[in-house]
Amino acid sequence: MPKVIRINMTDLSVRIDEAPEAWAGLGGRALTSTVVAAEVPPTCHPLGPNNKLVFAPGLLSGTAAGNAGRMSAGAKSPLTGTIKESNAGGTCGRMLGRLDIKAIIIEGQPAATDTWYQIRISSEGAVIEPEAETVGMNNFAVLDSVARRYGEDKGVITIGSAGENLMLISNISTRDPEGKLRSFGRGGLGAVMGSKRVKFITIDQEGTRPVPLVDSAAFKAANMVFTKALKDHPVSGQGLPTYGTAVLVNILHEIGGLPTRNFTSGQCEHHDMISGEHMYDTIVARGGEPTHGCSLGCVIQCSQVYNDKDGKYLTSGFEYETIWAYGADCLIDNLDLIAECDNVMDDLGVDSIETPVMFGVAMEAGILKFGDGAEVLRMLREEIGKATPLGRILGAGTAMVGKTYGVARVPVVKGQAIPAYDPRSVKGIGVTYATTTQGADHTAGYAVATNVLNVGGKVDPLSNEGQVELSRNLQIATAAIDSTGLCLFIAFPALDIAECLPATVDMLNARFGTKLTMDDVVGLGKTVLKLEHEFNLAAGIGPEQDRLPEFFELEAIAPHNVKWDMEQKELETFWNF
Amino acid sequence: MLITVKLFATFLENRFKEARREYPPGTTVADVATELEIDHDLIGMIFIHGRAAELDRVLDEGEVLALFPLLGGG
Ligand code: SF4
Repeated sequence: MPKVIRINMTDLSVRIDEAPEAWAGLGGRALTSTVVAAEVPPTCHPLGPNNKLVFAPGLLSGTAAGNAGRMSAGAKSPLTGTIKESNAGGTCGRMLGRLDIKAIIIEGQPAATDTWYQIRISSEGAVIEPEAETVGMNNFAVLDSVARRYGEDKGVITIGSAGENLMLISNISTRDPEGKLRSFGRGGLGAVMGSKRVKFITIDQEGTRPVPLVDSAAFKAANMVFTKALKDHPVSGQGLPTYGTAVLVNILHEIGGLPTRNFTSGQCEHHDMISGEHMYDTIVARGGEPTHGCSLGCVIQCSQVYNDKDGKYLTSGFEYETIWAYGADCLIDNLDLIAECDNVMDDLGVDSIETPVMFGVAMEAGILKFGDGAEVLRMLREEIGKATPLGRILGAGTAMVGKTYGVARVPVVKGQAIPAYDPRSVKGIGVTYATTTQGADHTAGYAVATNVLNVGGKVDPLSNEGQVELSRNLQIATAAIDSTGLCLFIAFPALDIAECLPATVDMLNARFGTKLTMDDVVGLGKTVLKLEHEFNLAAGIGPEQDRLPEFFELEAIAPHNVKWDMEQKELETFWNF
Repeated sequence: MLITVKLFATFLENRFKEARREYPPGTTVADVATELEIDHDLIGMIFIHGRAAELDRVLDEGEVLALFPLLGGG
């Protein structure tokens, strides 16, 4: 029977239950959000004893399904005050799948604030022990310490100094197959883990067997169809593995949707210096790896290893959003500097979207100059890394820096930074930013695909027409995909190749012996969105916060000279389903 | 007439990043692609001055045409 591990940090006890029957069809985001909605009082303080931090592998985690290496973390977010789900690659999802652990729920809070703890999970159960060695350490040093003490082969979930210092930009990191880091990036979940005084969790899959399949022949057959779709589609089969996500820089620049200089233009003059094409050439010239996976079993491999000019490792998992935010929004025209920032952010454990968007506002506030990458690096290491008073203000995120310095142009929704697509020139993604339960988040309903990339049809990015419906359909589908452990990039083939999504449903059925249909899976997506929405309403975050910041309505953006002009009433129709 | 053509990603291989080129009046996007030996089926996105266009669109003097293969990210 699948297990649920409850770690009570108030009395330092562990309880292992059989997973309730009602959770049988839930995994990943569906499960983290179900637990948070059922067990966390919506009005609680996110850093207090009543919040819970939930980890859940997806329904297909641990199987041989292609791209099924993602796992979810959920809680009430200290950054947004909303419910939060954030997912990441790495090795833990797969291990939890094999251990038949459906969820790890960390609850309560130690009364004493002078002790940190580590949690070790294995087939024997879980132990909580005081932890001293890694306290104050950043993530790479934590990984080294854990590998030395407990072995190289353990899954690791950890926070860096930013999480220990309860910063709202902090994330939770996890070890990837090569011993580097992947992140549950958004929403300040590192601070929630820090508030429970848990420094790291290790996962040991010793003694586990392959995940049992009710019908392994059917599973294999469906997985072949699925994997073929991933390889056949030009985006997942060719574009992503070659150029990574950074290929979007030139596309968004071209269509005028690349937010530049704290969202004051849609185009960036030095776009060529930070483009995916330039990154690819640089990686190849320096002996890095353009094609790389964040988790085992990834077929698409959008990640990469980026070396410095001497051929030494600089960073991996170098994403469009990070490159855009430092490169265009903060005007840093040097990809090596941006890569170094990426690595330092991984080490400190801070969100690679929230942090650079915050720097864009800090630059507008005059705390540092636009384009000053060296000063960004210094502030990351010396201010945020050392939690100085300025570091704490910066570490509180985009909205807080804007408030502290009196900046009116602050790109956030529900307190969370708006990512790399300007909502004035890509209106579908604006609907997603405004309406998602998560605070501004492009992954919640990636309307860029249909507005710009011509995947899943075409909807004119500059017109309001059809955008609410598009975003709604994508948000529902995304909530379902986030529950399977599949990486969201499977959506590219899924939107265009008819066999792709049915194959994932076939895999679920073959795994569990169920008779789910596509409608059931869509139904799951709707249920997840609705329960997240209800949590937010009960937390006091209502329709008046389902909107974009005012400056998007006041300031037209070049080159198309467009403003955000969707009626609030129209946006509110999003929830009609 | 002069048209600025910009190419991206795999279309760059053995071609150019950006060039101003002379075309006869009435030239369509498809004609430009054919002249550059770009397989029409591989074209994922066509933008003229940053707005989406189709293959049969007739170009005007001075326009900026960008051609991308099908790409994605997020
Ligand atoms: S496609 Fe990218 S994000 Fe998705 S599983 Fe593979 S490497 Fe990770």
